[in-house]
Amino acid sequence: MTAAAATPIAVQRVAVDAARLPNHAFGHQSVMWWGTVGIMAIEGTAFALTVFMYFYVWTRVDAWPPDALPPELRWGTLNVAILLASVLPNYYTKRAAERYDLRGVRIGMVVCLLFGAAFIAVRALEFTTLNVSWDTNAYGSAVYLLLGLHTTHLVTDVADTAVLGTLMFTGPLDRSRFVDVSENALYWNFVVAAWLPIYAVLYLMPRWL
Amino acid sequence: MSADGSAGTLAAHPGRDRPAYSARERYGGWVDEPGLLGALATIDHKRVGVRFITTAFGFFVLGGLLAGLMRLQLSRPDSTLIGPDLYNQLFTVHGTTMMFVFAVPIMQAMGVYFVPLMVGARDIAFPRMIAYAYWVYLFGGAMLFVALALNIGPDAGWFSYTPLAGPQYGVGKRSDFWAQLITFTEVSGLLVAVSVITTIFKLRAPGMTLNRMPLFVWALLITSFMIVFALPSVMMASTALILDRLVGTHFYNQAEGGDALLWQHLFWFFGHPEVYFIFLPGLGFVSTIVGTFSRRPVFGYVAVVLSMIATGFLSFGLWVHHMFATNVPELGKSFFTAASMVIAIPTATQIFCWIATLWTGRIVLKTPLLFVLGFFFILVLGGLTGIMLAAVPLDLQIHDTFFVVAHLHYVLIGGGVFPLFGAFYYWFPKVTGRMLNETLGRWNFWLFFIGFNVAFFPMHILGLQGMPRRVYTYAAESGWGTLNLISSLGAVLIVVSVLLFVINVVRSRRRGTAAGPDPWGASTLEWATSSPPPPGNFHPQLAVNGREPLWEPDGVSGRVDGLTNDPPEVLVTTLLDASPHHRRAVPAPTIWPLLAAIATTVMFVSSIFTPWAVVWGSIPIAIALIAWFWPTREEAAKHRKRELPA
Repeated sequence: MTAAAATPIAVQRVAVDAARLPNHAFGHQSVMWWGTVGIMAIEGTAFALTVFMYFYVWTRVDAWPPDALPPELRWGTLNVAILLASVLPNYYTKRAAERYDLRGVRIGMVVCLLFGAAFIAVRALEFTTLNVSWDTNAYGSAVYLLLGLHTTHLVTDVADTAVLGTLMFTGPLDRSRFVDVSENALYWNFVVAAWLPIYAVLYLMPRWL
Repeated sequence: MSADGSAGTLAAHPGRDRPAYSARERYGGWVDEPGLLGALATIDHKRVGVRFITTAFGFFVLGGLLAGLMRLQLSRPDSTLIGPDLYNQLFTVHGTTMMFVFAVPIMQAMGVYFVPLMVGARDIAFPRMIAYAYWVYLFGGAMLFVALALNIGPDAGWFSYTPLAGPQYGVGKRSDFWAQLITFTEVSGLLVAVSVITTIFKLRAPGMTLNRMPLFVWALLITSFMIVFALPSVMMASTALILDRLVGTHFYNQAEGGDALLWQHLFWFFGHPEVYFIFLPGLGFVSTIVGTFSRRPVFGYVAVVLSMIATGFLSFGLWVHHMFATNVPELGKSFFTAASMVIAIPTATQIFCWIATLWTGRIVLKTPLLFVLGFFFILVLGGLTGIMLAAVPLDLQIHDTFFVVAHLHYVLIGGGVFPLFGAFYYWFPKVTGRMLNETLGRWNFWLFFIGFNVAFFPMHILGLQGMPRRVYTYAAESGWGTLNLISSLGAVLIVVSVLLFVINVVRSRRRGTAAGPDPWGASTLEWATSSPPPPGNFHPQLAVNGREPLWEPDGVSGRVDGLTNDPPEVLVTTLLDASPHHRRAVPAPTIWPLLAAIATTVMFVSSIFTPWAVVWGSIPIAIALIAWFWPTREEAAKHRKRELPA
């Protein structure tokens, strides 16, 4: 009372009645979306810089790769296929989350996790066919850094999905968790999208350029 | 207004006429548990923000004491007080502290405290992440000083050039501590940046369109974007450095196809924008203070905003001007010279806007404005030497001399620290409810201003005379003794000045004049709530209708109803127009961000000694993060109760 009397500004008028608004939202209206996109911007920049490092050390030598064959194509290329295929269940999960379809979300997340596990397994094989070690030369260092960075994202995202997926089975749940599922799917798309240029840099560039 | 309005929005009399409600009854879930556990678990952006600011200021004092030791050593020729090895650690830890542990974090910390209040939000976005970012930052800074105390502090300079910092020359663990400090501060800085961007984009008070945002908020928004795109560069640089050192990669090893210059490119691609992480928030403080103490809106709002955006972009195109003494192509150097000169234009635009504001306003000359006027003087001098250094031939001549030391201190202390002190005086009443003492404030300013110029102006001349930076002593025959002594006396004045500030803070916090909600008669929303603001900031939240809501007749268009305190809810608004979109429940306070930060620290520090720590150290972090994320039944039930019927 005293406060209102002491200041000329009236706040008696109700400008917004928030009780009529929903308590969560999907997509770019959600705060979580901005958090996820922010992290993607940071990590996308880190990927881009690592690619820059790869090409920078390329300019320091005459032949590329120096004293080694390029990484073998089969496992990396298989992973491109697995990752591209994983976009489908991922899309399905996102759609299911956005219509609050708990059963669909559960199925979708399990399938996504299987894809993630397959990808990690093939990634392990990929590391065995790089034809270079991180301590051989700067080329090897750059290859390992690029692949290692992507693998870190892969493992973290699969772990995230596993935790969130478990929560979707066990609860406690409220509807805002479906927003988390939707953002988690967005992040997986980023991991997929990042792999395509990295694959091109690691596997195709040494052959084509 | 309801009776509980006496603390909260537009309150005038904190402490009086308060109904006998407990804080918990009035503010519900916004209130922390009492005691130590509550303090450790808090995710209130104001408590975390004050901690962040205080910690960063503590590191400023520590870094300043290291500088004091260096000035003591250099005050006379042929001094044997401090040996070369310790001196190397002193200047490295001084520079590293001031850039990574003081300046950038304190600017972000000011954002953590004030951005939510200035945009009229009840909370910051991702408050738990902010708490985690603070703890990680604290532990990282502590690690640096523990290393220094154990005589294993980094010693290769604050930009840690390879090969000096690489495995061939940087033996021992010193440069590893440097690289891991970078890891700590980048994790913290990036998380704060994402949180600040999201707060600005999505939590503004209804009606605060982008076009009505306070200029300080614009400054923090642009800075945060720059951090998102620049910090990853030093992150990759220092990761590659520590990999070279610990597992034998060859990124910077010339002999195996690497390149030492790669380090310089990566470092300065981050390092030049970093100057602007410090400078842009400084510009934001200046705009805020100039407006309030001229009693009028800042002249040329759009020009100021566009200038800051232009500065943000241009700052990414300057990094090679730190590398003029290397073998980068001459044509490239010309480009970077031109870019370095172009960036003077947006800065000048802003300075002219402020002059116009002051010229046409009714000036109230209080301590915050004094610091801003000091900023004008010092920054203009630093800018002029910047234009000199941007010219390749001159740069080659005075590269690595004290001229550069003088320049960078004029720019950073003038552009960052003077506005920051102005901001301390300006916002202290908001944070504590009490005014800082004005007389002590004037002493603080004049001693700092005079002391600064006495300490740093002679360094220009010393540099032109050829005194190199980073030498632990010099011969009497060089003739540099007098100017060095003058410089050291100036440093004494700065120490006294900062001491007066600390005394002022300690005294005023308890015994200063009561401030009331809006002691300066300012225009922005943080002054519409009580001082200090209650948990949850605004009760009720306000909707605005103009750029200077507390100055315009209908600036505050009304209140927001229908947000609960239990669970604590914030209003999420749309990006451009800030029209109300939905409610969002804020998570409860929790100890897990602290535990996750401890686990993170264990991993980062252990990885200096064994690379396998990255593997086993991730397990406790993962456990802490899962516990942090996992909702309680009670929380979920509360959220369900607030859902709209399907």
